[in-house]
Amino acid sequence: MNHYKFRLVKDRVAFLLVHLSLTLALIPLFSVLYEVVQKGISTITIDFFISPTPTVGEKGGGAANAIQGTLITIGLASLIGIPIGLMSGVFLSEYSEHRLSIIVRFFNDVLSGIPSIIIGVFAYALIVRSIGFSVIAAAFALAIIMIPIVTRTTEEALKLVPMSIREAAIALGVPRWKTVVTIVLRSAKKAVVTGMLLSIARIAGESAPVLVTMGYWRWWFAGLDRPAANLALNVFVFAMSPFESWIALAWGSALVLILLVLGINFAVRIFTRERY
Amino acid sequence: MKNSRKPSHFLCKLNTQYFSRLKWQIGGDNLFKIIGALFASSILLLLGLMVYELINGSWLSIQTFGSGFLIGTKWDPAISRVFGALPLILGTIVTSAIALLIGVPISLGISLALSEYMPKKFGFAISFLVELLAAVPSVIYGLWGIFVLIPFLRDHVYSRLQALFGFVPAFSGSIYGGGVLTGGIVLAIMIIPTVSSVMRDLFSAVPNSQREAMIALGATKWETVKTVISYARSGVIGAVILGLGRAVGETMAITMVIGNKFQVWPSSLFDAWYTMSAIIANELLEATYDLYVSALMNVALVLLFVTLVINILSRLIVWRTLKLVRGISKE
Repeated sequence: MNHYKFRLVKDRVAFLLVHLSLTLALIPLFSVLYEVVQKGISTITIDFFISPTPTVGEKGGGAANAIQGTLITIGLASLIGIPIGLMSGVFLSEYSEHRLSIIVRFFNDVLSGIPSIIIGVFAYALIVRSIGFSVIAAAFALAIIMIPIVTRTTEEALKLVPMSIREAAIALGVPRWKTVVTIVLRSAKKAVVTGMLLSIARIAGESAPVLVTMGYWRWWFAGLDRPAANLALNVFVFAMSPFESWIALAWGSALVLILLVLGINFAVRIFTRERY
Repeated sequence: MKNSRKPSHFLCKLNTQYFSRLKWQIGGDNLFKIIGALFASSILLLLGLMVYELINGSWLSIQTFGSGFLIGTKWDPAISRVFGALPLILGTIVTSAIALLIGVPISLGISLALSEYMPKKFGFAISFLVELLAAVPSVIYGLWGIFVLIPFLRDHVYSRLQALFGFVPAFSGSIYGGGVLTGGIVLAIMIIPTVSSVMRDLFSAVPNSQREAMIALGATKWETVKTVISYARSGVIGAVILGLGRAVGETMAITMVIGNKFQVWPSSLFDAWYTMSAIIANELLEATYDLYVSALMNVALVLLFVTLVINILSRLIVWRTLKLVRGISKE
């Protein structure tokens, strides 16, 4: 009987530990959200969205140039990364037994596990050393981060489309590529777009590859072959600075960034809820 | 060898008007397949190019220092221009190990809570919250680390730890707030979502017959859960290695909290240190001459090699386990 009681005690302890660890893990999440909102909200004024980075000692200032630079960099990265990811994903799902698919699927996972700083160094070696610190180099690095995510989600999305739909189209004499483009992709449109949005949310917050490919730039956008300001990098540079007003800007930039990133994540989750 | 020459599609040989359209369609399909294959193989090309560029970039450093780079303990870009990465490698290993020590038990708990203890619907909402942890940008963890976590740890946790375990060298010395242990804690927070979601998938894939059998034998819930864990144990190891891969490559957050001090071994867990990723982020922009850049690239190459090995290993393990577990449950 004693032994039985001991087993029950162990059972209760395990129950408690398991739930304790869940609570423990959620504390940082709520703390991060709370602190960023609480400390960032006072910085978010109209000034924040219309004026650029202040010079040393200057009061006020905002992150308008960083928002502009981030949008341009993300846009260019998406232009490179999304088509490659989309086409690769289509290939992986439609020719899933092909030998190339099996290899690419594996190395796509490997690529998604490579640290973003390494990808930044790669872009540095390939592009920065020939044309200098530029939006192009940063967008290239961010595109490489996007590709595995888009590929993965596109493949998963297309696999959810029932085989019978493809068979029906082919039985009607529709060529395979037309089936994929007009029927399969269209019926998986929602999930495919979701993957793209998630990849955009991911690169919006990337700072390490941006740091080594663009450096820190505090002016307005000045061309694709020049650096541009960046929100995530703003957080890093301002956080390490000794001025109160700059640290406040770091929290403001963090708030905008977190709203963007978590906003996309929330929207995507609600948008695709009926799917699961 | 007789059949090695495949006959082309018989429809292609017919040249009537009706079939020429079909032939064009088959041509379109082939084109589609080729374009898709080209895009897909661009992923392989990028990976190959990455390895090549990093080897190429660090060639000067490899030639100058050879394998001495890996065991050198001096990093002096200003005067003697000697570079050695051992302290960085040690820093990365120790901070990642701390992250695993803290993060893995918690991840195991989370994944068990989500897959075994909670009702499916509720567990789904909670797992979304845990995944949000992964969506928070690394630099924001760094910011939070500097202004929230470091003051909290310094004032409430570290002093108590020191009072309790101060006789152990690892917990002695002065407390700055940032440092090795803080870096490990931030990394732990960042790997928890990855590790726990992989583990949850693994546990959910364990067939119910295993649980039912244990319950039928009169096992408690915890004893049932233990069989579930041991059923997926090799995958659990894979998940841990996957988390290790994330911890090793993490850059911004750790740069902001670890203190960035180049030394072979810190005096305690509260002392500042450096990691491979942090030194690249901090110094690549300031590297003024070729050997300096090359040395940093060499660090990146070492890091790439480590993460490639870790990733390939963990993917293989997780894949195999999932396949094994799912394969059995289908029978």
